[in-house]
Parts: sequence; structure tokens; C-alpha cells
Amino acid sequence: MLTKRLIACFDIVNGRVTKAVGFQDNIDVAPAEELAETMYDAQIDELIFYDITASAEKRAIDIETVKKVARRVFIPFTVGGGIKSLGDMYEALKAGAEKISVDSMAVRNPEIISEGAKAFGSQCVVLSTQVKRTGKMPSGYEVYIDGARLATGMDAAEWIRRGQELGAGEICLNSIDNDGALSGYDLALMKLAEKSLSVPLIASGGAGKPEHLKELFTVTQAQAAIISSMLYSPRLSLNYTVRELKDYLLGNGISMRPPSGRGKEAAI
Amino acid sequence: MIAIIDYKAGNATSVGHAARRLGYETVFARCPRDLDGATHIILPGVGSAGATMKSLREMDMIPVLEEAVLNGKALFLGICVGLQVLFERSEEDNADCLGWLKGQVVRFDASRVRVPQIGWNKVRFVKDAPCNAKDDFFYFVNSYHAKPKDMSDLWGEAEYDGAFTAAVNRDNIYGAQFHAEKSGEAGLSLFGGFLALKGGGS
Repeated sequence: MLTKRLIACFDIVNGRVTKAVGFQDNIDVAPAEELAETMYDAQIDELIFYDITASAEKRAIDIETVKKVARRVFIPFTVGGGIKSLGDMYEALKAGAEKISVDSMAVRNPEIISEGAKAFGSQCVVLSTQVKRTGKMPSGYEVYIDGARLATGMDAAEWIRRGQELGAGEICLNSIDNDGALSGYDLALMKLAEKSLSVPLIASGGAGKPEHLKELFTVTQAQAAIISSMLYSPRLSLNYTVRELKDYLLGNGISMRPPSGRGKEAAI
Repeated sequence: MIAIIDYKAGNATSVGHAARRLGYETVFARCPRDLDGATHIILPGVGSAGATMKSLREMDMIPVLEEAVLNGKALFLGICVGLQVLFERSEEDNADCLGWLKGQVVRFDASRVRVPQIGWNKVRFVKDAPCNAKDDFFYFVNSYHAKPKDMSDLWGEAEYDGAFTAAVNRDNIYGAQFHAEKSGEAGLSLFGGFLALKGGGS
């Protein structure tokens, strides 16, 4: 049967992984391809890279970093940030990425989703979106863009449904409220989203301990969980290895691809 | 010589990286001439069956491929959609496919499972093939799956909306519904087993 996925998420600045809390205050962690390879050896299921300064600097995604990662890891990885056109998508896919994440750009130009799905297949297009609780929207959540700084006035449930209709093959939903708080995923948000979707849902924002993953996979139908802080934040005294997380989840009856027996995972 | 068919939607780059990690040099085949002398031919797949067949036709690849694989017995590996187009017909785009293997390609039952299937699923290999295939978890991205008419073509299966075809093999023709090039060490091991096979082609 299909297993649940743990996806390590990297924010990239100048080819290096950085870690932010609440969308600001980045701390340098390691070169992207090195951390990617460490995670690969540890049997992480998938990786996501966000080139977080590409849009602000009005440049294309950092293709050299994509290429370096592609030569060293043999699991799927998604890239996002600075994707503005089909040409940008093609360059990233050709460099070795499996999937392209679109976020703010897709809000401004939703056709990028349908064009990407048509050209490369739905499975290549991940709609990532940042949402925040509010009383103003029917679903109780509003879509934000531009690094979660700009409110769009769009309803979150409405937007992910539309994204799926346009051809997104997966939806990655990040809770701005929970992001970096290490207090667990927004389970109500994920339950709301799973009702709107037939494509896989990736939950993001808030994982701080293994129990949060168990809760997510037990209470909601999310198929994948984004984790970052708990794997490699230099701020946390207690980071978890992929093996610890997977052993814990397997022990709690969650279907997982087993962790590596090679024990190569080093603390970062 | 190992040739990877490179059509624009495909993930030829990743397959090339995997081969290189395993110590093999590859060439990207973008026109029929590029298949000259190939002992191993890999058809990576991303996108739809219809689009893949259209690309192969536009590149005028099909006659040369059939000569190399069906007559010349070059070793062939189709990955993902590259497996699906081996069959006669796909429900996706109602596409007429290569028909090297008998059977149809059908969609997963979306009333029972999320479509597409995306993620790691456990494959059981149900017959011996000379590749280094061991039951393990492999990475899948698919909405459609093949139903071989001749069950002796079934090489491996996995469970989603029921048992589905995860791998096929007949003589020199191999197909993996999963992305062997993106399935970690299990995928590399199987891919390496295919690349190490001898006796294909000219």
C-alpha cells in the first residue's frame, strides 16, 4: 500500500539552506546539496527547495543549485521560487527536479497551473499556498502571497479547489499561524482541505515533535508532511533524525517507507 | 551503448544522473540515428500516454525502436508512461500505443483512492527476471496502470485501489511503473541490474 511521506523542506539563499522562523530572520544551515544528500542517505521520502529570494530579486530560480542536488539525490524533489513561465518550469525540470511549486505567481496568473499541467503533466505542478486564519472568509482562512506578507482577499478552500481544477497534481498547504511555532499542524485546516480535494494534500507548518506527525496522519487524510525545523534547525536543542521519526510513526501503526539501516545520518 | 530517449516532457536528465551514479555513460537519443548501436534503450516517462506517443511519432522514433527492440533484441526499459505505452491502448487520451505487449492501460478508480497516486509503494516481484529486483518500496506517480492480457508479462505488482501492475517483463522488454531513477537505493539497484544485462542489440 501507499505509504505516508515525510518531506524535508529547505529554504535556499545563495545555494545554502537557511532556516526562518515566522518568515523572517534567516539562519544559515548548510550548502543545499550537502544537506540534501544527508537527508537522502537517511531515507527521507522527498525534498522541497524554495529559492526564497528569487521573486524579490526578480530573477529566475537558482538552476545551478537544482543541478547540484539532482546529481546527488535519487528521490523526487520539488523546486519553487522565481518560476514565472513555462520556460522557467522546463529549465527546472530539465535540471533534474520532478515537480515545480507555484505559489504567489499562481495567484497572480492562475493559467500558469493549467499551462504547466498541460505541458508537463499535472504530477509536475504543486500548488503551494500560505493561508492565515480569519473570520472574514467563508472557510475561515485567507490566502497570503509574497512571503506571507500580502493578504489577497481570496478564500483558501476556494483557491485550492480552483488550483486542483486548473490541473495542480498536489496541494501543499502551509499554515502561517502555525509556521515555525512547533506546536503541531493546523489539523482543522487540513481536514477542511481534504474535503475539497481529490489530489494528494501535503500539510505544512507547525511540526515540532514526532507526536505532531502521528496526529496529522491519524486525524487527517494528508498524504505527506513537510518537516524542517525538527530536522535541522540550529535553534532547537533537540533535533530528530529521520530514523527516529519513521521508527516512531511505524511503531504507531502509520504506514511508512522504512528508515535506512545504514545509519549514515549525522547531526547537522 | 546506453541510449535514453529524450523528448521534451521526459525526465531524461534524472535517468542519466542515475546511470552515471552507477558508473555508466549514456547518450540522449533525440533522433532515430541516435539509437544506432544501442544495446540498452530507456524510455523515461513523464506526462500523458497520448503526448508521449505523439512525441515518439514526431521524432520518427517508432520504426527504428521496433527494429532495435523487436528484431535486434536491444534491451529496453520503459519507465512510468514508458511502461504504459508498451501496451496496445491507453484510456488516457484514448491513445493508440506501441502494442509490444498485449493489454490495456486503465485509470485508477478515483471513487476509492486519490488520483494520481503519488508516493512510495511496496512492490512484490512475482517472477524471476535477470535484473536485480528485490521486494522493496519504490516511488510512483501515476493515474493509470497497465492490465497485461498475458499474465506471464507481469513482473511485479503493488496495492492501490487493488493489486496493480508495478513492473512488466517479456524477453528483452522491461517496464517499471515506478520511477526507478528516483526510488533511492532500491531503484538504483534495480536500474543497475538492468544496465548490467548482456546480450542486447547490435
